[in-house]
Order: sequence, then C-alpha cells, then structure tokens
Amino acid sequence: MKILVCVSKTPDTTAKIAFNGAGTELDANGVQFIMNPYDEWYALVRAIELQEAFGGTVTLLNVGTEANDTIIRKGLAIGATDAIRVHAEPQSALYVARQIAHIAQAEGYDLIFMGKETIDFNGAEVGAMVAELLDLPFISFASKLTMPDPQTAVVLRDIEGGAEELELSTPFVLSASKGMAEQRIPNMRGIMMAKTKPLKVAEPIPAKDLAVAAHFTLPSGKSSVKLIDPEHMEELVRLLHEEAKVI
Amino acid sequence: MEPFDPQVAVVAVAEAVKAQSAQVVILSQSANGRALLGRLAARLDAGSVSGVNALPAVASGFQAAKPVFGGKAQAIYTLTSPIKVLSLAGNTLQPEQTGAEAPVEALSIALPASRIQVRSVSKVEGTVPLPEAEVVVSGGRGLKGPEHWGILEELAEALGATTACSRPVADAGWRPHHEHVGQTGIAIRPNLYIAAGISGAIQHLAGVNSSKTIVVINKDPEAPFFKAADYGVVGDLFEVLPRLTAAVKKYKENRG
Ligand SMILES: Cc1cc2nc3c(=O)[nH]c(=O)nc-3n(C[C@H](O)[C@H](O)[C@H](O)COP(=O)(O)OP(=O)(O)OC[C@H]3O[C@@H](n4cnc5c(N)ncnc54)[C@H](O)[C@@H]3O)c2cc1C
Repeated sequence: MKILVCVSKTPDTTAKIAFNGAGTELDANGVQFIMNPYDEWYALVRAIELQEAFGGTVTLLNVGTEANDTIIRKGLAIGATDAIRVHAEPQSALYVARQIAHIAQAEGYDLIFMGKETIDFNGAEVGAMVAELLDLPFISFASKLTMPDPQTAVVLRDIEGGAEELELSTPFVLSASKGMAEQRIPNMRGIMMAKTKPLKVAEPIPAKDLAVAAHFTLPSGKSSVKLIDPEHMEELVRLLHEEAKVI
Repeated sequence: MEPFDPQVAVVAVAEAVKAQSAQVVILSQSANGRALLGRLAARLDAGSVSGVNALPAVASGFQAAKPVFGGKAQAIYTLTSPIKVLSLAGNTLQPEQTGAEAPVEALSIALPASRIQVRSVSKVEGTVPLPEAEVVVSGGRGLKGPEHWGILEELAEALGATTACSRPVADAGWRPHHEHVGQTGIAIRPNLYIAAGISGAIQHLAGVNSSKTIVVINKDPEAPFFKAADYGVVGDLFEVLPRLTAAVKKYKENRG
C-alpha cells in the first residue's frame, strides 16, 4: 500500500497571535511552530497503522522552505518511510494543492491523507482541491477508517449534528479529524532513524496564487464583563433581551 | 441529487457557473459546502476562501474576511481570479425579504456516477445543528458528570438552543463528540453562547469567541472565561442554571 500524507507547519495551539506593524504577516517572535496537529495526530498516525497492517510505504509531503525540515524529520521519527519537500513559500491553498497533485500524479498513491484543516488558516480546502485535480473521491472530516482489504475502505465522516458511514475503493483522498488515531510520541530509536531517512527536495511547478490573506487584524477585546447577581436571573434575561437583543 | 457527493455536484455547479457566466459562487460553510468549495475552485481555477464571515468588499479589488488562527484573528483575503468561490459562515448575514422574484431555470447536465456508497447516516433529530444554531448552551467539567446534563438541557429547551460542550467533556464520553467546540472541535458563532462550568482555556475560546454575546456561569471569579464574556454570573451552576431556566420560561410566557 502506497500512502501519501500531506503535512503543514502551524503555530502551536497556545501561541499568542500577533502581526507585524503593517498587519501583513504573523509576528513569529516567540511563536513555536509545530506540525499541524490534525496532520500529525490523525492523518499520519493512521497512515502508519495501515502500513503496519498491510505493508508498503508512507511518504510525507510538505510544500515549504528548509525551515520546515524540523517538522518533516519529526514525521519521519514518528514512523513515515520517506519525505518530499516541494521547495516553495506557499501563499494559497490552490497553489499547494497543485504541487501535491503534481507529485501524486507521477507517483500513483493508493491513499492520500491530510488533517481536516490547518489550525492557522482553518481552510479545509486543500484536500478537496487535490481530489478534484486528480479526479479522485474525497472524504472530508473522517473520524474513523477501517480497511477490510487493501482496496476497500469504510469511513465514518463527521457531518453537522451527526456522522455518516461511507464505503469506497482506493485510490482516494481523505482528511482526518479527531478519533481517527491516537497521537504517537516519537521514541529515541525513531528519532535516530529519522536522521538517515530520505528527504527529497523537489522544485515547484508554476502555479498562481488567486486568493491571498493580505491583511490581518486582532479582535478588539470585549469591554469588561458585566456581572449579574446569581440570585437575580430575571435581570440577566432582561439584559439579554433589551441590551444584547439576542433573545 | 441524493446522497450528496461533491465529486458529482462539482460537475453540475461548474456547468451552471459557465451557463450563467457567474463571477461569484457562494456556498454554505457546512461539511459538504466546504468539500464542494475546494473542488469548484480547482475545477474553475478560481480563488477561494472558506468560512467568510462578512459581506465581501469590492471597493479596491475583491476582498473577503474570515476568522483565522482558530478565531484568534481575522484575515482579509484578496481574490484576483475572474471567478471567486466563497463559503459563508452561519449567522453572517441576516436574511431580508425584498419581494423580488428569482427565476428558476432547469439545466440538463450529464453527471458522472458517484464512487462513494453511503452505508448509513446517523443524525441527532430535532435540534438545530451547532454551526447554524443562534443560541448555544454549553457545559464543561464543572457539571461533574453526564448525569447532571438535565439542568443544562432544560435551559437549552427553554431557549430553543443547541447544546455544546468543552473538549474534556467529550473526551470523557459524557457528551457526544459532535458537541465538542473549540480549536480542535467545531468553531461556532451564535448570537448567544452560554457557558456553564467551563474555565475558558485559550483552545476553547478559539472556537467560540466570535459569538455575538457570551454569558459565563462559573463559581470561580478568577476563571479566565470572564475576560471574554459580556455577562458573567459568579455562582454555583447547580443553583444558577435552574434559576435562569425559570427566568427564561417566565419571560417567554409573558411575551405569549
Ligand atoms: C492542543 C489542544 C487542543 C485543545 N482543544 C480544545 C477544544 O477544542 N475545546 C476545548 O474546550 N478544550 C480544548 N483543549 C483543552 C483546554 O485546554 C482545556 O483543558 C479545556 O477547555 C477545559 O475544559 P473545561 O473548561 O470544561 O474544564 P476545566 O478547565 O476543568 O474547568 C471547569 C470549570 O468549571 C468551574 N466549576 C466547577 N464546579 C462548578 C460549579 N458547581 N458551578 C460553576 N462552575 C463550576 C470551575 O471553576 C472551572 O472554571 C485543548 C487543549 C490542547 C492542549
């Protein structure tokens, strides 16, 4: 089984988000960068489990600069077989998707996995784009995947207020949400082995950035909280109706 | 088209876009809307933004805003392609009746067969799904156990609200996973978010702080959630929730 896992780099979940003076980019000062948790905890770990069950390879793919090699090495330490980094500084989802599709077209993977979204831009767009470019089915927000045989998959997918169970054949693209797998912490042996695993750097294909996050703002903080006497909930109801106008 | 498969739907929507020479396509910010968004953008070579939460501006180029970093910031995207594809977050725009007629035209488009078989769908009946809910009542570890959710559900029922929970509550199996809101759960932006027994950790706030009005009920006056709240009640939720439910019921009765 040949599996591709697309991973990206994001600020840590506890990072304090701030921007440069012009508001055009993230102020990376003091921000710790990690592998996008959905990519790492769910997509990558499930891919490794499938490879353990059926044999084959798990290839990591990242579109980014050499600054991303640290997180790629972490993925290799967790258990991926090898990695490809497309050397580019991506600005948009479609740009990234075109790079991934280009590599996947040439390699012919049985499964293409990624996290349900990145925790920075919260787009959830790349998976669907890759699937469209390759004319493959795409299962988004998958919380469970079982494969009775290497060609058949049964997937549980999160939908609003519930879930649906789907069946399909490989090849396909899947984005993973919570429930798909349990986070794995790389062990010493994995970290040592990761140092010598192949990390290939590929040149990007030309592609346009058609939608770019050009400007950022921080929410203006709430004016201070209005405290209500716990004995007087009629007062809260009155305020919600008359002042906040939400009931 | 039933069941919905974005791989099939994209063919139909792309044909309709071409037939109408549409310049902007707006989809809902649902699981299916988001899956269709990416496919459509790739198929039409269009710029796309998911989760747009304000009317796009067109004064200097086409700009669409959306929350990013799990709600910790807002980004303004510039779209430069002839066709733009957006998905719109729930509760972004209030519907307005204009009285105008929108003509409905039938298109006949040959669609490919779906390669996905839907085996079953399980949905919680009767309540508004969280991403669309206008009022949400949410419980955290402060409720102490699943057997105490009755008092929260009674308030939700009185308000016509949907229930949600913090992550440890879903992790412990007290509540179903699809109720989990926050950075690693669903991001919501109801008109009213009432949080009981939730401390207000940064990852929880990320998913709820775009709510219009936030009410926090917590017995700890130092709980960080109060800093993000519009209204706060420092008290024991086991007393405050039933009292609030009674007050809501009284208010609804008086309004008939
Ligand atoms: C990577 C990562 C991602 C995460 N993602 C999420 C996420 O998406 N969503 C999320 O919610 N969390 C998330 N978390 C967890 C988050 O950090 C907090 O641990 C979690 O939100 C705490 O849940 P809680 O507020 O229910 O529980 P607690 O922090 O235990 O708070 C319980 C609160 O209840 C109050 N309380 C207790 N008894 C009463 C009473 N009788 N009356 C009134 N108040 C009472 C207490 O004062 C306390 O403030 C994430 C954490 C990490 C590391």
